[in-house]
Amino acid sequence: MARVCTLSEAIEENVRDGDMLAMEGFTHLIPYAAGHEIIRQGRKELFLIRMTPDLIYDQLIGVGAARGMKFSWGGNPGVGSLHRFRDAVENQWPRPLYIEEHSHAAMANAYEAGAANLPFAMLRGYIGADLAKVNPNIKSITCPFTGEVLAAVPSIRPDVSVIHAQRADSKGNVLIEGIAGVQKEAVLAAKRSIVTVEEIVDELNPSSPNAVVLPAWTITSVVHIPGGAFPSYAHGYYPRSNAFYIAWDKIARDRDSFTAWIKENVLAGKPEDFARHVNTRAVNAV
Amino acid sequence: MSIEFTPTEMMTIAAARALTNDDVCFVGIGAPSAACNVARLTHAPDITLIYESGTIGTKPDVLPLSIGDGELCDTALCTVSVPEMFRYWLQGGRITTGFLGGAQIDRFANLNTTVVGDYDKPKVRLPGGGGAPEIASNCGQIYITMALNKRGFVDHLDFITSMGHGEGGDHRARLGMKTKGPTRVITDMCIFEPDPSTKELTVVSIHNGVTRAMIEDNCGWPVRFATQQVETPAPTETEISVLRDINARTRKAHEAA
Repeated sequence: MARVCTLSEAIEENVRDGDMLAMEGFTHLIPYAAGHEIIRQGRKELFLIRMTPDLIYDQLIGVGAARGMKFSWGGNPGVGSLHRFRDAVENQWPRPLYIEEHSHAAMANAYEAGAANLPFAMLRGYIGADLAKVNPNIKSITCPFTGEVLAAVPSIRPDVSVIHAQRADSKGNVLIEGIAGVQKEAVLAAKRSIVTVEEIVDELNPSSPNAVVLPAWTITSVVHIPGGAFPSYAHGYYPRSNAFYIAWDKIARDRDSFTAWIKENVLAGKPEDFARHVNTRAVNAV
Repeated sequence: MSIEFTPTEMMTIAAARALTNDDVCFVGIGAPSAACNVARLTHAPDITLIYESGTIGTKPDVLPLSIGDGELCDTALCTVSVPEMFRYWLQGGRITTGFLGGAQIDRFANLNTTVVGDYDKPKVRLPGGGGAPEIASNCGQIYITMALNKRGFVDHLDFITSMGHGEGGDHRARLGMKTKGPTRVITDMCIFEPDPSTKELTVVSIHNGVTRAMIEDNCGWPVRFATQQVETPAPTETEISVLRDINARTRKAHEAA
């Protein structure tokens, strides 16, 4: 049953050195506040899993918290490179990063297989694509009924998954609205899970009986962090800061300016700092 | 009476014209997204645009910076999870046209967005494939749009992120693919289509003010020209104003946030 607690407690209790860590949110609802807390607590040797590493993993890679990463698209969306990711792969700075690279379809299928308690996922994928030549975890399987050869990848079973959502009720049931990505699958595939939320309310009151709801008993920790997805966004609360994504290109391009940014905004920061992004940027607040 | 336009504007508009009202189109971010929305705002108002974040039938007022901007969900008919998007909709064969961009392309319209140099010791690490490997194989056909220059149009790809026509000829069919693959590549100088039998990209239409020599100078392989090429019709006043309006709205929105 989910325990409602502080961010510091949730990370302390659930994220351990060496863990396979999935922090999901497909452009929307990326759990940045939790990422910053992991950096502040100095977690190391993490194996990161995320379809689109985005700025959140650029930060974890840049501080040297990761030994490896499984991913499917490692850019700054619409802007260009993730410079810390590139520096790690091209120059091994601040340390070498082992990469396991997939396509989106394979990652999405692998999360779903993890949630379904299956050992692998299959898809009609990677046909003629070179990734299958460089990633030993892309194999094939023959359909026993038709003989068709399909791609197979191992399911994703994180030690811990971290997501951000709009609301939880006081018992810790969680509601996700808008672009729902692979968050439900990431939580259900993981041994432990943390959900940070914009609001804790008395009743969830989902807008439809088919809304994406994660029952409290599927979640380990729920944390109230308004603004916790900034510079990503929370549908119905605040928009994506495209301006910050554009600004990150310059911040992260240079090792010193990146390190200074982390020192000032993460190491000297605290979870409550994220709330200012809601206050100044609130739109259509629910 | 001719209107002034830039090569990039011509590219976007020529790409938009490739789309029809009946298309169900899987939209890549950047240049493809601009083209698809210009099509929707001009000659193809009922086109179905789908972004891999799960938004189906989306009608954004400003172009998204990312594949999952809130604007896409706000204006969509419905939004599904990412596993459902890739399984039921893309792999399920519901998409008529995939619209891709890329960092590098070869003469058989294979794309590289992964690495320049060796995979394990890359000279340049690019973002990777994202949805492209399965978009390229599972959509009915593929359009590609990218600017023509020697950095992008190369003789040899270091890495095939998504397969176009492979080694040419019937390579796709030999691998069991039933979809058409790339049927058109729209650049800022000309439009290529694969030769019906060899599948090598061939120039079929040249944009206003562009010469054969300019195309040859900007392409990394010896360019084949169709026996008869046409001149790409210049943008109309409506096309140009729709494109400039959406670009202006987009710039304003992205700077504000």
